[in-house]
Amino acid sequence: MGRTSTLLLSAAAAVLAGAMPAVAAWQPQKPIEFVATAGPGGGTDNLARAVQNIVTKYKLTEQPIVVVNKGGGSGAEGYVYGKASAGDPYKVIFGTSNAWQQPLVSKVAFNYTDLTPIAAMAQDEFLLWVKQDAPYKTAGDYLKAAASGEFKMGGAQSKDTDEVLTRMIEKAGHVKLTYIPFKSGAETAVQLAGGHLDSHVNNPSESLGQWRGGTQRPLCVFSPKRLPQGAKITATEGWGDVPTCAEQGLDIKQYEQPRTVWLPGKVTPDQAAYYVDLMKKVQATAEWKDYIEKTSQVDTFLTGAEFDKFIKEDLEHVKQVAGEQGWLVK
Amino acid sequence: MDNLGELLHGFTIAVTMPHLLLMAVGVLLGILVGVLPGLGAPNGVSLLLPLTFGMQPVSAIILLSSMYWGALFGGSVTSILFNIPGEPSSVATTFDGYPMARDGRPTTALATAFGSAAFGALIGVILITFLASWVAQVALAFGPPEYFAVYFLAFASFVGMGGAAPIKTVVALAIGFAIAAIGIDTVSGSVRLTMGIDELVKGVNFVVAVMGLFGIGELLVAVEEEFHARAVSSRIDWGEVFRAVARLPRHGVALLRSAAIGCWMGITPGGPTAASFMSYGIARRFSRRGRYFGTGEVEGIISPETADHAAGTSALLPMLSLGIPGSATAAVMMGGLMIWGLNPGPMLFVDQKDFVWGLIASMYVGNIVAVALVLLTVPVFAALMRIPFVIIAPLIVIICVVGAYSVSNSYLDVVMMLGFGIVGYLFKKLFYPLAPLVLAIVIGDKAEDAFRQSMLMSKGSLGIFFANKLVTCLIVAGIALLLLPLALQLARLRRKPEPPSGETTAQERAQEKVII
Repeated sequence: MGRTSTLLLSAAAAVLAGAMPAVAAWQPQKPIEFVATAGPGGGTDNLARAVQNIVTKYKLTEQPIVVVNKGGGSGAEGYVYGKASAGDPYKVIFGTSNAWQQPLVSKVAFNYTDLTPIAAMAQDEFLLWVKQDAPYKTAGDYLKAAASGEFKMGGAQSKDTDEVLTRMIEKAGHVKLTYIPFKSGAETAVQLAGGHLDSHVNNPSESLGQWRGGTQRPLCVFSPKRLPQGAKITATEGWGDVPTCAEQGLDIKQYEQPRTVWLPGKVTPDQAAYYVDLMKKVQATAEWKDYIEKTSQVDTFLTGAEFDKFIKEDLEHVKQVAGEQGWLVK
Repeated sequence: MDNLGELLHGFTIAVTMPHLLLMAVGVLLGILVGVLPGLGAPNGVSLLLPLTFGMQPVSAIILLSSMYWGALFGGSVTSILFNIPGEPSSVATTFDGYPMARDGRPTTALATAFGSAAFGALIGVILITFLASWVAQVALAFGPPEYFAVYFLAFASFVGMGGAAPIKTVVALAIGFAIAAIGIDTVSGSVRLTMGIDELVKGVNFVVAVMGLFGIGELLVAVEEEFHARAVSSRIDWGEVFRAVARLPRHGVALLRSAAIGCWMGITPGGPTAASFMSYGIARRFSRRGRYFGTGEVEGIISPETADHAAGTSALLPMLSLGIPGSATAAVMMGGLMIWGLNPGPMLFVDQKDFVWGLIASMYVGNIVAVALVLLTVPVFAALMRIPFVIIAPLIVIICVVGAYSVSNSYLDVVMMLGFGIVGYLFKKLFYPLAPLVLAIVIGDKAEDAFRQSMLMSKGSLGIFFANKLVTCLIVAGIALLLLPLALQLARLRRKPEPPSGETTAQERAQEKVII
């Protein structure tokens, strides 16, 4: 290859770059690793694999993508790995709000400030679930029955989103609940089906099969308005038929868990911008809509200042609950 | 019988050319991931998962479940030949499988393992076929106290097991519990025992511990004693494959007992690992030749293998009918099910009959395909034993290092694996038993979680372990197993007032040598 052709090539590249200023600033040159901060089969893992499939299908990058599971320590393993990979733009970390919540309540060796935020891509809703044959029909009935102080609330992990919400319910409903932590939402759902618990606050996808199978039913959803109708889950009801908790007298207007995407710390703005753009492209596909619908999540896209604001607000809120419970680590 | 009609319909779906081909491919891939330690069935299945997205759900689950069968079989190969368990559930197979192979009978060991494994799997599938609805109810009855009782039973079947000094067993258990406690605690959410190493927050992976304890530990002992320096001369003997399988019915009691334990543990999500350990422990207690266990006893191979496969197979049932995965691999498959647009749960049996019964029929056919393929490979694997030690030893080190690294692409795991190798070596030199240590690493944290969840539920009262018939039976059985050897010993002492220390030391020492 002569000098002229090299020059021509770089000239062509410059022209191309000029045509697509937003994306061409930085391009990956080697395989990309998607780090799921959860074990295979969990919600975070599903997200990472869904994004991987979409990127590969539409050839959004020339580079191959590998999904690695680092779900040890409630996801801390993955975040610590991200922290240790500072400056490496080939590691994309998929997580939830525990990126900023976990460092508040456990002595883990990372904080969300060690990572570069890319986006919050979807919001998982929370619902209040009871056993199918439980006598109460509304959240109000539930709170009245729970006033006995004997109610057992199950959830995934300790001092994590589920327990935070449980403590919020206690405060808003003036009741006392015994919180019992399990390894995952799926495990909790089975415990409720067996009658070992009185309630739990699973995400829709974690209890979908159980609802359809008639072992448990949702009383209300912790969201400002009812969920989109979608397809019927049972013979008569779909997600849109579940009332909001606020309208039933349990005054918690909104509680959601974002699915978050991060790069390690100390990457360049160009590199971060590349991934923000990549995730935006992923979100525009039909496969993404399908994934959101199948997992009953809410499609959102927060990035940049909006994402920062969301983290700060959530952090303040969790700090308050954790402080009242005496969970904060010194 | 409704179920029988459905099953026949299922066979028409499973026995078609494309599906038989998928089974063969799945089984061969499975054997491969099973043989390579550190890869294992859960990882293998998750690697294959993206390829299935475009398939029919039935075809996809046939491919994945065949891979699972293959991996279960493959996991036994390295346990028997090199003392490196490829799967957590094949650890117990090393106890007698490896001594038998080292003794020059690798063909017999492998064929016995595969034959009894196939029997276990068959019993598991039959159970799924006929008891699907009943089994679902049993599994639902398991809350935290019941879980704890099952784990307690698994521990009890091991403690005080003939051979090792009870105090050494307890020490090994305690070390195992400490290792299991490393990382984030589910119940309090706090970080424990990371000793300033940030990465330890993930805990100690089982595969890392086992490869070091068994693979590297055994290697160190072998290097020192040099008894391994000669290659085992084993002829490639096709006849022995069939003779070994034909001899299996003689051990009918062990087969049936192990299959029962396996099914029970598979359904009550105790899982294949707990099943194989418990089955081995109980066989050792009740077999007439129990005292020779650990030296290459046939029943020492039959018991864990049968239970492992019976549990592995029946673990799919709670996944399908309740959405509770009974094993790690079942959990990955459940993720797959959701991506294919199916929701595991009781309604699956009503809404998706073709899928469910196609899968169940494929379990029969898939296991036959798997056992045929795997028996054909026995002489090939057995021939590996003829390779001289000087070549095999470095290979084992490489396999262990690569295996440990591939668990989560972490250098720390490799260092820990080598550390566990030294621990394994010291345990062997000092006659401490490895099995209780491994058992505690595997189910120690689960037992702890279950205990503390029970305590939260009962507000601190131990009465919860006697609150209903099920949990009371399990706890009483556990206590009985725990006290049985002690009672027997007391009875013996009473009959023979003089402590027979002098005359039995030689025998005891001989026994201690065979402690695994």
